[in-house]
Amino acid sequence: MRVLVCVKRIPDVAGTVMLTADEQAVDARFVGYTVSNHESSAVELAVRIADATAGSITLLSVGPPESTEQLRHMLGLGCHAATLVEADPAALGPSDVAREIAAVVTDHAGRGAGYDLVLLGNDAGDSGDFQVGIRLAYALGWPVVNGVSVVETAEGRALTRNDGPDGEETFSVPLPAVVTVLEGGVEPRYPTLTGRMAAKKVEIETRALAHEPVGAARVRLVVPPPQPSNVEVLGEGAAGAARVVDLFESLGVLR
Amino acid sequence: MILVLVETEGASASEVSLETLALARSLSDAGGGIAIRAVVVGDVGDADGLAAELGRHGVTEVLHATGEAFNAYGGASWAAAVQSARAETGSAVVTAAGTPRGNEVLAHLAARLDVLMAANVVAFSGLSPFTVTRQVVGGSALEEMTLGVRPAVFTVAGHSWVAQSVDGPPAAWREVAPEVAEADLVARVASTGTKEPDESGSLKSASIVVGAGRGAGGPEGFTGVDELASLLGGVVGVSRVVTSLGWRPHHEQVGQTGSRIAPDLYVPCGISGAIQHWAGCASSKVIVAINTDAEAPMVTRATYAVIGDMHEVVPGINEEIRRRSS
Repeated sequence: MRVLVCVKRIPDVAGTVMLTADEQAVDARFVGYTVSNHESSAVELAVRIADATAGSITLLSVGPPESTEQLRHMLGLGCHAATLVEADPAALGPSDVAREIAAVVTDHAGRGAGYDLVLLGNDAGDSGDFQVGIRLAYALGWPVVNGVSVVETAEGRALTRNDGPDGEETFSVPLPAVVTVLEGGVEPRYPTLTGRMAAKKVEIETRALAHEPVGAARVRLVVPPPQPSNVEVLGEGAAGAARVVDLFESLGVLR
Repeated sequence: MILVLVETEGASASEVSLETLALARSLSDAGGGIAIRAVVVGDVGDADGLAAELGRHGVTEVLHATGEAFNAYGGASWAAAVQSARAETGSAVVTAAGTPRGNEVLAHLAARLDVLMAANVVAFSGLSPFTVTRQVVGGSALEEMTLGVRPAVFTVAGHSWVAQSVDGPPAAWREVAPEVAEADLVARVASTGTKEPDESGSLKSASIVVGAGRGAGGPEGFTGVDELASLLGGVVGVSRVVTSLGWRPHHEQVGQTGSRIAPDLYVPCGISGAIQHWAGCASSKVIVAINTDAEAPMVTRATYAVIGDMHEVVPGINEEIRRRSS
């Protein structure tokens, strides 16, 4: 089974977001970068599929040259190859990203290295578009299943499980297929030392954009203003405990 | 014309679909009274009841897509139904709630029509060009985006609008049987399990939740909050970092990608309160935050706070409760 997993280098935001001067992107200089939990789960599922089927995993990112940092980390988890389409992510919209992924899938297939399964995160951790996987499926003419917690392959089909509104749902679609993954179904593994050593030796394929981007129709990003605080501080350290319990008593929550 | 994909829960429209209709009505008013149509797909429990309910939320006509194609849910087949309804009504706007299905179906629709889609919209501003504001970066930032091509396709972030019913006649009801191509039937639900005992159920409905975040320090750092939850007859909820690090199971997670809680009392300990977490706990009635950082968003948004290390404050509270109850 040949699996392609798409990952995106995103700001590792916790707390207040800072924006670049042109208000087109998050300024991550002081927070660092990561990939989303959805994509970490997708890589974990891909590693399990590759282990079960003696398959291989290629990583794909569309983003700045520094994305090799995230690709190397993921290679260390048991992925075998990586491709980076170099681009300024702020200049791309979700349809651009889908077209670029489709171009790589088609090109690799033309060189005899096609994919049975393409995995993506359910939504990008920064732009939150919820549509790249679906647009990719239409570009390739493949079926797509979204927001799965688990995906496995058997007899030429992708079998998925997800939490539906009425209980756990399963899908079974013929390969090749696109599947987007929601965090929570599997626990992503950590890289091993041997994995990290092997990752260093992988040559990452770099490519230029295959299409002129149409963009994201973004006017600008804004950070919501902080809300006025009305907090009443009950105390500091353990000395505040008695007033907390007074409050619990007045709220009637003590049993 | 504004077309709204309405999801149902039992015999009624889902709450988030009604919230979406609140935005649609505001948009209708801004545009001088644009008609609002709804599309519902597949089995609906009580058509008359739903028509009456949607009428009270501003819908004039419901298109009900029926047929074997909709016996099981599929993103592409539902999108085919919405696409057909949109073609028939000539709607300039197509919207749905920002649920997994709402986002999925409208993304299919946008891909099929080759138009933009904006996910998780919270507001709109200009009408020409039509400009929306939507949540990005897990809700920590907003993006203003123009949807200049028709139809404008977008989903509405949950709880960003308040559903309000008004006096209105029941919506007209029309059964439609859109054609669905074979290719759109490939990815459909193959089986639905009986609803597993939802381990997060007690968290979602709990009236008292004691929270713990990064400040717990490790998997062994939850003794105090576990005991406090037990003393108060509540349950423990945790932040995303706690589950990401494997300190506690995912079903205990509160936040945008976890459970949304609405307890009478929430006691977040060592949780900074990133928007991601706030999205899941904002409906708590009283929040008592315990945190070393007086400037942490969780503290500034709380009703009450104790500034200090949860490993000192929480055992102090537990001891005081035990002392008073003995």
